[in-house]
Amino acid sequence: MSSQQAILPEVEPLLKNRVSLGQSVQNSLTMAYRGLLKLRRTPEQLIDVTLQPLIFTLMFTYIFGGAISGNVHSYLPVIIPGILVQTVITTSVVTGVQLREDMDKGVFDRFKSLPIARIAPLAGALLADTIRYAIATTLTFTMGYILGYRPSGGLGHVAVAAVLVIVCAWAMSWIFAFFGVIARTASSVQGISLLILFPLTFLSNAFVPVKTMPHWLQWFVHINPLSHLVSAVRELADSGTIGSNLGISLIGAAVVVLIFAPLTVRNYMRRA
Amino acid sequence: MSRASNSEIKRESMWAVEAESLVKSFGTHRAVDGIHMQVRTGTIYGVLGPNGAGKTTTIRMLATLLKPDAGTARIFGHDVVREPYRVRQLIGVTGQYASVDETLSATENLVIFSRLLGLSRSDAKRKAAELLEEFDLVEAAKRPLKKFSGGMRRRLDLAASLIAQPPLIFLDEPTTGLDPRTRSQMWDTIRRLVKTGSTVLLTTQYLDEADQLADRIAVIDHGRVVAEGTVDELKMSVGTSSLQLQLKNAAEIQSACRMIEKVLGVKAIVSSEAGGITAPMADADRVTDLLLYFRESGIGLAEMSVQKPTLDEVFLTITGHDTGQNLGKTPEGAASEEEFLS
Repeated sequence: MSSQQAILPEVEPLLKNRVSLGQSVQNSLTMAYRGLLKLRRTPEQLIDVTLQPLIFTLMFTYIFGGAISGNVHSYLPVIIPGILVQTVITTSVVTGVQLREDMDKGVFDRFKSLPIARIAPLAGALLADTIRYAIATTLTFTMGYILGYRPSGGLGHVAVAAVLVIVCAWAMSWIFAFFGVIARTASSVQGISLLILFPLTFLSNAFVPVKTMPHWLQWFVHINPLSHLVSAVRELADSGTIGSNLGISLIGAAVVVLIFAPLTVRNYMRRA
Repeated sequence: MSRASNSEIKRESMWAVEAESLVKSFGTHRAVDGIHMQVRTGTIYGVLGPNGAGKTTTIRMLATLLKPDAGTARIFGHDVVREPYRVRQLIGVTGQYASVDETLSATENLVIFSRLLGLSRSDAKRKAAELLEEFDLVEAAKRPLKKFSGGMRRRLDLAASLIAQPPLIFLDEPTTGLDPRTRSQMWDTIRRLVKTGSTVLLTTQYLDEADQLADRIAVIDHGRVVAEGTVDELKMSVGTSSLQLQLKNAAEIQSACRMIEKVLGVKAIVSSEAGGITAPMADADRVTDLLLYFRESGIGLAEMSVQKPTLDEVFLTITGHDTGQNLGKTPEGAASEEEFLS
């Protein structure tokens, strides 16, 4: 063990003490790649995004269709955008749960000991999860099509609506990522997140016409950003309208990101 | 000034690890209570101590995973708190619990870590294949880690720490829970590492492991370094083996201890069970004299055995209490620490 053979660190100026932006992006993409590999290895993680759109769409359409719109067929333009928003937003809860699980594992220690951008594991997880939203979105529209849903806005506008929902779900996932970072256990993340999610999705125009609700409730439904998202999807799919609802949805998404991204990142960095 | 002589001077004076008065508390518990440590570049340094002594906490602070409450630590001269990113470029960490991704395969794990370390896609694949070959994991490369044995997991873990060929490698209890065969394989691997020039800081609960591998050892207990030195120095303080006596009559214990001190010239330690005495045995020949002396004085022995040094022995000698019972620090403990260091 002579010291002559020892590997010595590089000449000092070569070692930087901070990560460049390019490297941060590169690291985040690698972590997203890891997320996709994990999805491929454990396909059971996709159960929520595959079964939920199929079962919920079928169930809600046939249970409520007659009561709300007279028949199933005329309920489809109401329910498909509603169920789409509900399903995809619910899917974003998983981001927080998985983040918590990941941070508790031994592999996270290695990530922390590597000379990589601190933000990469978080950014990678958020990025990889957009694939889940895409799957849920595609399946919901497909299921609607099978049931006879023919949006008259055309395929192009449906695609815009799909992208809009995925963007908003990504924004919402910052909220759940925040809970994932600050919570002690994965199950508590799930608990808190569903507590927020249920009122948000059900106290909206997703499933029933707003005018059937009491006045005080209508007030909340109208300011609920998810109502605007549902309306934006309906307008796009039905008539190809790009209106104020779309704008409000995007502004809402931006506000969520502006509030929760710094909160999440700050708490994450403190813990990571 | 020539470049070569410059680096020569640096090499001579360079410490891989310098820790001064490191402190870390969890709540009211002081897990690490003022640790000093210096590890010379190119050596294997063993940190020896029982469970809960503060070994893992110390490593985590040195590896930038945990911020110290007080004190400083430098890795090749770089401060772990102020220059964490620089330090991370110089170290590899293998944790006590497998720090690899359970759901992925061995190859996928290594490729991801390589990519994170800045290797190109093709280089990452090549490096992963190379390491799997070296660590005898080629057959299992495609299987998810859930189906790996403990030994395979540790090997993969170590392989992952070597991707960037870091000059300093931390190994936290690298063989705890491994069967004897896998354990000696692991030892060979660690020795090979140092031959290629890395500095290794490892923690262990086993004296024989430190004996096999380490050039220098720090014994830690209750978050403090209670002894530090080469393996030989440490062993000398314990005696190569220890003599264990069980008296028929526990009342004679004091006179028996006096005889041991007189004949063997060492301090006997009364162990926890009644009538039990442990004494370092530097010279086996003199034990004959001791036994004769016992017979002449009428001290009866119920049992007698010789034990090679164990971690417990080291502890008993150095701290004055054994690893199982935390009797706290005794004045004798402090005294023998000084003895050992002198």
